[in-house]
Amino acid sequence: MVSRVSIQTADFDLAAEVAALRAGDPGVGAVASFVGTVRDRNDGSAVSDMELEHYPGMTERAIESMIDEAMRRFAIRAARVVHRVGPLRVGEQIVLVAVTSAHRGQAFQACEFLMDYLKTQAPFWKKETTPGGARWVDARVADDAALARWGISAGNA
Amino acid sequence: MKVRVRYFASLREALGASETVELPAGSTLGTLRDTLAARGGRHAEVLARGRAVRSALDQVMSDESVPLHDGAEAAFFPPVTGG
Repeated sequence: MVSRVSIQTADFDLAAEVAALRAGDPGVGAVASFVGTVRDRNDGSAVSDMELEHYPGMTERAIESMIDEAMRRFAIRAARVVHRVGPLRVGEQIVLVAVTSAHRGQAFQACEFLMDYLKTQAPFWKKETTPGGARWVDARVADDAALARWGISAGNA
Repeated sequence: MKVRVRYFASLREALGASETVELPAGSTLGTLRDTLAARGGRHAEVLARGRAVRSALDQVMSDESVPLHDGAEAAFFPPVTGG
């Protein structure tokens, strides 16, 4: 059994992660995945790299409980979340959410649900380097609104 | 009761990673925040009412009405920005 949540400094391999998630389950008919990457611009400034901080222990627990909630809400067979921490350069992968199900609809929905949940409820903080110096990234009201679509009040931004 | 307080991101930069605080029985995350802010200085600045500060108790996101207990791990941090 693949562990459901990994918080790591190392990069991840999407194909290998999906293969491991599907392995040994012939009932899987759909895999949906999302990969978030470091963008070269944010809030009107060029970004060269960032540092991701987290709350060890709480991060893993929070995401585990999000996966439990996704399993209750959607007919999915397995889910996997990998989130990197530490220094990251533009273009690098930050986060992976992958979900398997019998049919595509539930996999798409559960993948989006997990990402919306993670954005506002998992304790990570990004500090980005811009030409004007390093700055903490502001939370977005739009991310709270995305979670509200699922009937959950975020209260983050 | 004794409570360990942890800080993250911009609050960690201002206040350090953690400290231990002695509080009267019946204290909540909210009264802990006010007690810390009442010290003045950087604590007052970053924990002031009106600043966007989120909190957790024993590693679970919690609002400030939640009561603390002896040995609790409280945490204050800015809105989260992962993903």
